[in-house]
Amino acid sequence: MSSVTDIADATAVLDAKAKPLKPKAEPFVSTTNACKLCKPLGATLVFKGIEGGVPYLHGSQGCATYMRRYIISHFREPMDIASSALGEKQAIYGGGPNLKKGLLTVMDKYGAGMIGVATTCLTETIGDDVPGILMEFRREFADLNVAPVVQVSTPSYSGTHMEGFTAAVRAVADQMACADAKTGAVNCFPGFISCEDIRHLKDVFASFGLEATILPDYSETLDGPAVEDYEKIPSGGTPVAAIKAMGGAPASFEFGRTLSDPGEAATAGGLLQSRFGVPLHRMGLPIGLRESDEFFKALEAISCKPTPRRHAMERGRLLDAFVDGHKYVAQKRCVIYGEEDLIVGLTSFMAEIGVIPVLVAGGGKSGRLKAAVHAACEGLVPEMPEVAEGVDFYDIADRARELAPDFFLGHSKGYRLAREMNVPLLRVGFPIHDRFGGQRIRHLGYLGAQELFDRVVNAMIEAKQTGSDIGYGYI
Amino acid sequence: MSDIIFEERKDQIHVKGEGPFKLACNRDSLAGAVSQRACVFCGSRVVLYPIADALHLVHGPIGCAAYTWDIRGALSSGPELHRLSFSTDLQETDVIFGGEKKLYAALIELIDRHQPKAAFVYSTCIVGIIGDDLAAVCKKVSAEKGIPVVPVQSEGFKGNKREGYLAACKAMFTLMGTGDTSDVSPISLNILGDFNLAGEIWIIREYFERMGIQVVANITGDGRVGDIARAHGAALNVVQCSGSTMDLAKMMQETYGTPVVKVSYFGIEDMAEALYSVARFFKDKDPDMLPRTQALVKEELAVLYPKLSGFRKDLEGKKAAIYVGGAFKAFSLIKAFRHLGMSVVIAGSQTGTPEDYEELASICDPGTVIIDDANPLELSHYLKEKDVDIFVGGVKERPIAFKLGVGFCDHNHERKEALEGFVGMYNFALEVHRTVMSPVWRFVPRRAGTALADTLEDLPKECAL
Repeated sequence: MSSVTDIADATAVLDAKAKPLKPKAEPFVSTTNACKLCKPLGATLVFKGIEGGVPYLHGSQGCATYMRRYIISHFREPMDIASSALGEKQAIYGGGPNLKKGLLTVMDKYGAGMIGVATTCLTETIGDDVPGILMEFRREFADLNVAPVVQVSTPSYSGTHMEGFTAAVRAVADQMACADAKTGAVNCFPGFISCEDIRHLKDVFASFGLEATILPDYSETLDGPAVEDYEKIPSGGTPVAAIKAMGGAPASFEFGRTLSDPGEAATAGGLLQSRFGVPLHRMGLPIGLRESDEFFKALEAISCKPTPRRHAMERGRLLDAFVDGHKYVAQKRCVIYGEEDLIVGLTSFMAEIGVIPVLVAGGGKSGRLKAAVHAACEGLVPEMPEVAEGVDFYDIADRARELAPDFFLGHSKGYRLAREMNVPLLRVGFPIHDRFGGQRIRHLGYLGAQELFDRVVNAMIEAKQTGSDIGYGYI
Repeated sequence: MSDIIFEERKDQIHVKGEGPFKLACNRDSLAGAVSQRACVFCGSRVVLYPIADALHLVHGPIGCAAYTWDIRGALSSGPELHRLSFSTDLQETDVIFGGEKKLYAALIELIDRHQPKAAFVYSTCIVGIIGDDLAAVCKKVSAEKGIPVVPVQSEGFKGNKREGYLAACKAMFTLMGTGDTSDVSPISLNILGDFNLAGEIWIIREYFERMGIQVVANITGDGRVGDIARAHGAALNVVQCSGSTMDLAKMMQETYGTPVVKVSYFGIEDMAEALYSVARFFKDKDPDMLPRTQALVKEELAVLYPKLSGFRKDLEGKKAAIYVGGAFKAFSLIKAFRHLGMSVVIAGSQTGTPEDYEELASICDPGTVIIDDANPLELSHYLKEKDVDIFVGGVKERPIAFKLGVGFCDHNHERKEALEGFVGMYNFALEVHRTVMSPVWRFVPRRAGTALADTLEDLPKECAL
């Protein structure tokens, strides 16, 4: 029989586990191993997902090169980012002439169908008026048939790559969409998802008989086939004509539980709703059962069709798997980190299969993460997970060592921590720099949930196998 | 082809044999072209990065630090502080009100936490614009903490990677001359311009030690602050990757009179010549060193040659393209490919100098395309035109080769295979063989088209129902 002190000790341990993110005397000033990337990177991905699109950074040459390298290492595909390649002179006298010259170069040599200009901290700080410069550019070359140019302000000193991503999607909608004609195609602004996720969304929309304009769509531009000739601009991407028609769409889908309120029109979906009255269906990323259900129910309502049998079967098999596998994952403790909308979806999924998310952490600072995580976990977990915004891997490691998770769920950058703690890291999201095929991981829908569920179960089985001397052949 | 090559860049490409050799280089990248180059910050960061017991703090917004977190395969035999990514992560308010206070606090915090032997503080674009006085903050922290805190003037826009190399050299030079040199042998050297990728500097050090030479400082692979501080005591500077550390060698020559030999550790001839030139330097102090070195080379080659001949049988007549950061690597690679029976048909670099390109042109075969500061359009154009079997380059070049169905050898900062030394030549040949001889090239569209029907006409007649 356990003594009173034993129980007290046990309670103390539980209390320690339950306490909120360790209150530090002062938050650290320095950042160590950031859990975020800079703002322009997100914008370049969006522009890469538009047909004929060339991302263009207005700044010094290094930004473009660093981001290319970072993105290439995940997708293993060419990622051309043009740069206005500012030098000292331009930093003093303004980067306008270089910006214009570079635009002409990109149009001339790349035959760009669209150019997406994102600023950098350099050009934001020297105060280049990019909208003004572009207006001049259009005036000066009015006689040429210049490609559309979209610009977005992405100073890396404010916000993460996700704010850059969201801002770029909004900028495209803001500067290109109109409502001249009604279109049957619904808009979908999914956020930063994998190439496989985009392909899956296309399949799902198609199976409901819905035409969809998914923005961005880098499913082919960043995961293309082997080709006979190097394509200056890889084929694929959201067609410009479809983007222009977005204002006349019957509805928009927009994924993300930590996005700003639609009324603020700070996202593409919010903007199209307020400007053109396109009804917005805002929901979380369809990760796991409940969030996928919400997405499919919305599809049923918009298409006026029941869910096609193949997806109903996917859902059925997923539930069957939940039952078959629940004991392997039950009460396993998990640390989830990465982009805010993604980790909200992952947390929701983990909570519904009986995994206990003990820490949910991200480098972003939306101010909405905690509420979203709590809503996702409501009624499913013994205690709410710690939620940490604006943290780096130093903070995450600090808490993870104490919380002793059974596994990590996040991108590649948590590898060294997982290795130090000798627990599995299940790689999801971006970047995946130390495994093959990151662009082909499916996170969304019942199928994405199925694949991720299998991986979680198998990771726990493998941990049990390797942690035992017996060499279990049946588990 | 005319629509591929930018008008402004035509004098940065030369085909050997077509007119007298002249190549424009070392100019700013063309706006709008997708240059493979990086920036000043990148130049400084790659050179200083491997110093493993120093704190490397990037003063700027998060990107510059995030994209350089643990990117080089620069190994350390001890501390691994260099593998962490430190940033002041400047926010909007810092940009408006200045980042000096944050920098000061971050430095104090990180130095207290990690107890480094020195700290390097990298300036980024924005710091150059908002005008933070990096030097003053560094001086203050240095006085308080009793370690060197060195500003690196690496604002991204102030030139290209070369300016970054110079800024790094200046930073390292401030450490020099402060360490104890009493145990430094008269037969000693510093290794400059090797970054210990995949443990390469350990291979080279072992050769020098077998020759009877004390290695004082690795600059910067597996580097230590204390070693750099006493590097001025060494009798000789052996400089590879001349672009990145030659400035430091020059400063040391001027101030301490340290003589310099330029070397490359890639390929057979250049590796052997590197050792011989060092042995010749010490011939008065140690007359037996040269014969000892000859014996060493002979011993290594006895192991290497039989292995290479096996590869050569398969690789004879295949064609290679090279596009690397510094031109010195290209020289050695051209010779290395000849040992495999292969010819180099494209050779280029991001930051070659006029002298580099003269030398490159002199050792290339006629018809070779020589190219400065290339971009993906040009590279893919020539890869196809020259029908190459393998492309040697870095991370940004890899997808260009692979998209076209061309083999690839990673000769970059991330590589996991040691390519220096005699053993490195073997590893290189092995990697070349693995990629060039893979069966996958038989199936890629460039070679095989597609097996599937594109149109109705492609279908067999009997399938019409």
